[in-house]
Amino acid sequence: MFHGLWALTNRELKKWYKVPVLLLMSIVQPILWMALFGRAMNIGALFSNPGVITGNLPPQVSQQLNQTLSILGNQIMEKTFGTSDYFSFMAVGMLSFIVLFTSMTSGMSIVWDRRLGFLNKVLTTPVARGSIIMSKVFSSIIRSLIQAAIILGVALLLGLRLGPAVSLINVLGVFAALFLLSLGLSAIFLSIALRSTSWESQMAVMNLLNLPLLFASNALFPINSMPDWLKAVASINPISYGTDAARQLLLYQPDMSRLMLDYAFLGGFAAIFATIGIILSWRLLSR
Amino acid sequence: MAKIIETEGLTKKFDNLTAVDHVTFSVEEGEVFGFLGPNGAGKTTTINMLTTMLKPTEGRATINGHDIAKDSAEVRRSIGVVPQEYTADEDLTGYENLILCADLYGINRSVAKERAKELFALVKLEDAKDRKVKTYSGGMRRRLELACGLVNHPKLLFLDEPTLGLDIQTRQATWDYIRTLKKEYGMSLFLTTHYLEEADSLCDRIAIIDLGKIVRTGTPKELKDSLGGDVIELGVSGGSNLTEELRRMPEIIDVRLEGGNKYRIKAKEGEEVIPRVIDIAKRLGGKVTKVSLTKPSLDDAYLEYTGKSMRQEEGGAAVWKQRITMRRARA
Ligand SMILES: Nc1ncnc2c1ncn2[C@@H]1O[C@H](COP(=O)(O)OP(=O)(O)OP(=O)(O)O)[C@@H](O)[C@H]1O
Ligand SMILES: [Mg+2]
Repeated sequence: MFHGLWALTNRELKKWYKVPVLLLMSIVQPILWMALFGRAMNIGALFSNPGVITGNLPPQVSQQLNQTLSILGNQIMEKTFGTSDYFSFMAVGMLSFIVLFTSMTSGMSIVWDRRLGFLNKVLTTPVARGSIIMSKVFSSIIRSLIQAAIILGVALLLGLRLGPAVSLINVLGVFAALFLLSLGLSAIFLSIALRSTSWESQMAVMNLLNLPLLFASNALFPINSMPDWLKAVASINPISYGTDAARQLLLYQPDMSRLMLDYAFLGGFAAIFATIGIILSWRLLSR
Repeated sequence: MAKIIETEGLTKKFDNLTAVDHVTFSVEEGEVFGFLGPNGAGKTTTINMLTTMLKPTEGRATINGHDIAKDSAEVRRSIGVVPQEYTADEDLTGYENLILCADLYGINRSVAKERAKELFALVKLEDAKDRKVKTYSGGMRRRLELACGLVNHPKLLFLDEPTLGLDIQTRQATWDYIRTLKKEYGMSLFLTTHYLEEADSLCDRIAIIDLGKIVRTGTPKELKDSLGGDVIELGVSGGSNLTEELRRMPEIIDVRLEGGNKYRIKAKEGEEVIPRVIDIAKRLGGKVTKVSLTKPSLDDAYLEYTGKSMRQEEGGAAVWKQRITMRRARA
């Protein structure tokens, strides 16, 4: 049974790594976002270098004022984002972004397999039905994590400032959180795609959900500063928990109880949707 | 002999369409059994149920003694399937595809490698095995499908239109190959086809299926004989009328005199009857000017039982092939 699981996962990965363009294309977007939102349109710059009301004041005073404003600005940043550096804040959010986008596309592959007949072949072999969906989940996880690692590397190059005591354990912790996030998200999107024969409708689902899911989370903006209705959505959005765990471990002084909550939520999320996915694949793959 | 397939009232309904309608038949071990029928008759749907891809709406079936609904895992282990459409992964090479198939059956790697070698030789794809399937021609892809269906050395192989879209040579080669399988591996085969010559020359027994129902089952010979024998046309000049004398022969079923000196004789075992008919004509003072023998073809049987001529259907098959190609191009 695990034979089939590994063989199918391996097939997915082979199709992926043989076409490096796919990898490049999928990391271009988060890198662009980092460059645009994180660097070019950096919210932090608004505060750290105001220089607005200095025109007709004596230079001494204006310098003083600017300094004060800058300190104030840093504090506002600190209070809102947990760090005075918005780039670092959003760059960590991009790790969840890449996981979300990669996991979403995993649903497509099952639609293709159905349309191109490959799924039919697999269904006539003794491979367990659950393995069919889990192989896609695993390959999606592996792709997500590799891409997240590349994004993290690029972010460091672009100036991501790590927290004071970041060790290898923290990094592993981040990937564990992203693993759970990817597991749950891939299982959801694969479950949606199980019966579908139309990749157009699968695309539509993806396009409908991707940005709202991202914005209704703390990936780009902290939950505390959101209006209540959005807060409600963001605080059940698994992306918020994945991102929070990553920030705790990479940027902040980790708050153990928050971290535990993050992992518990992600673990529950992953377990529930993986189970649903396996049950549905037994039910739905053969008609 | 044991039965490799047994079905009882097997039925599949899609919404309000009954694609397969209470089909009951059995296939002996070692037999080549053919499903012959027009487009939409329910051939593929039957295969899909027997290969556990579709759940029957009603009825039951066993494969190699295992119930398709209850022991589907056991069923899957004993069969190989070569579906109507292509199923290989185009982005992988032929070899990778075959090894993947072997993995799906849990065959260990060293055995898989040996089988790959044997099967690629058998389907003559040794030279192409390391190319991506994308670059294969239709015939090469069919042969790869065949190899994949055989990788677990199944007791029973399902072939859904195995030669659809193949050129005459490749079709001939596939038939030879199917005969080899039957002989060397003692494999049982269940195949569907549009091609009458194919059914005629390959199958031990045939079921003609139309609108989801089996209308007739039998050996190709039985089906042809059921139409009432061969037709002999005899031209005679001079002599007296032969009709009376001919009717007296037990093998002769019917004699009609058409246009003065041409007889149309319906008889069993036409070849053996002809010399005696000629003798009779001579004895009665006539001179035989022309003799012809027409054996009933499966086409005639098919026409008789489905009310459709196969010629129309072969057009249908071509359309089908185009449909597949189009679907793939769009996908
Ligand atoms: N998934 C499905 N949903 C609804 N109807 C279906 C489905 N699959 C098949 N059918 C219908 O069932 C009938 C039988 O189809 P099937 O594919 O078994 O025919 P076939 O004998 O294999 O024909 P062909 O020679 O064209 O391959 C057809 O009328 C077809 O439209
Ligand atoms: Mg068919």
